[in-house]
Amino acid sequence: MVDDGSVANEGARSEAPPNRLLVLPIKKSVEIALKSIRVRFFRSLITTISLVLAVSFLSFVNVTTDVANGLLAKEDPGLRRVLIRSGYDIAPEENSVGSSPKLRWIIILSLMVCVVGIVNAHLMAGTERFREIGTMKCLGALDRFILKLFLLEAGMQGLAGAGAGALLGALFSLFNSFIRFGNVALTALSWADVGQSVLFAILVGFILSLVGVMYPAIVAARMQPVEAMRTEE
Amino acid sequence: MAESRNIVRVSGVTKTFQLGKVEVKALTGVDLEIAAGCYLSIMGPSGSGKSTLFNMIGGLDKPTSGRVFIDEVDIAQLDAYELAWLRCRKIGYIFQTFNIIQVMTALENVTLPMIFGGMNNDEAIEKGIQLLELVGLGDRYLHKPNELSGGQQQRVAVARALANDPAIILADEPTGNLDLKTGEEIIALLKQLSRERNVTVISATHDFKMLNVSDQVVWIRDGRVDKIENRDELSISLGDIGTKE
Ligand SMILES: Nc1ncnc2c1ncn2[C@@H]1O[C@H](COP(=O)(O)OP(=O)(O)OP(=O)(O)O)[C@@H](O)[C@H]1O
Ligand SMILES: [Mg+2]
Repeated sequence: MVDDGSVANEGARSEAPPNRLLVLPIKKSVEIALKSIRVRFFRSLITTISLVLAVSFLSFVNVTTDVANGLLAKEDPGLRRVLIRSGYDIAPEENSVGSSPKLRWIIILSLMVCVVGIVNAHLMAGTERFREIGTMKCLGALDRFILKLFLLEAGMQGLAGAGAGALLGALFSLFNSFIRFGNVALTALSWADVGQSVLFAILVGFILSLVGVMYPAIVAARMQPVEAMRTEE
Repeated sequence: MAESRNIVRVSGVTKTFQLGKVEVKALTGVDLEIAAGCYLSIMGPSGSGKSTLFNMIGGLDKPTSGRVFIDEVDIAQLDAYELAWLRCRKIGYIFQTFNIIQVMTALENVTLPMIFGGMNNDEAIEKGIQLLELVGLGDRYLHKPNELSGGQQQRVAVARALANDPAIILADEPTGNLDLKTGEEIIALLKQLSRERNVTVISATHDFKMLNVSDQVVWIRDGRVDKIENRDELSISLGDIGTKE
């Protein structure tokens, strides 16, 4: 600072950096994003719930497949029969199963419904936040600051929601398999596969959350300050 | 002082809003020169175009025709980045509805423009506290907006408007949502700032209390400047309303 502590100074204008800097440091943006998640916790929760459900379904299906593969790997004709009886189509020469095409379709559909839900929730939340965005723009925020805040918020929500969903789905699948096949379901299981399935589900959820926020974020970021401020709540 | 230089120059500005097939002419040709350090009030009945002019001067909206110069720079020529920089460093905005960011504390609201302007966090906090003390909220900086009264929120807005030592403070009906006494306090605060820091204060209002402190009053009617009065002429035309201070 040029002056020592006194706020009243005329010289401050000449102090402006020659390159006309405008910044939003990452630490500050994370702070703001976390804050707005916390303040609008209930709404964030609703936005995230559809993601949690879709991701837990994905994780459930994949972990269940992992269990079946674990059982098949035992090469025990008894277990093979149990699997076939519980609905798996296993040809005699096959030693692994995948999820059926029908199931895959259902998963894709549920994920798509989830994205639409996220877009919608963000657009609604956007209306609530227009005034805030307009104000920030009056204070010198660039379009990409707003974009950054939205993406960070959605990213954090996505990670938390997808994480919770993936674990939930996996646990439920393991529990379900244990009931159906007994202890062997867990002992024959390749835990590395389960880890992979869970991580995959988290990644998908995270990406979906970002995809879902993209359009609302761009709409919000492009808004002129006056338009944004005019919307009454 | 009044003759020093023009910090704002508005030249032939018109603004037409298109509402479906209907055209609303909010401004029909405004010319205005505002001297640096001046305390200027824009007066006029509701719907006369005050807020529209405010938005034009503040670079928040684009005129349909005509030009607005800030420090002799035509703001229509600025790109998005330069415009944001202007809003950040040159102009401080105060609104009728306060527009304090609800999720942040008073202090965070005040420091945000400084952060945008590249100041580091510690410096921003120190200066933010000083500014809040200046507006009389020294003990309230950790409060959330919804824990503050309207007058206190408007004080936060004033402190925030001062964050980057702007040359201009633009205020659109800053006392519109406040009671008489609180409104007077805010006006006194703005006047004090304009005097002590030589900030140009431009305020749209229909609050006659503003006239007491204004160096110049611009009367707007139906989207054009009706008359411009300087302080000395004012006291004559308004009798004793404008004389005390
Ligand atoms: N976005 C808009 N779309 C259409 N018409 C508008 C818009 N903004 C303002 N107007 C019109 O422009 C005219 C001037 O409006 P403005 O808000 O500038 O008035 P004002 O002097 O600020 O009034 P008040 O004292 O009530 O705030 C009004 O007739 C208004 O209806
Ligand atoms: Mg108005």
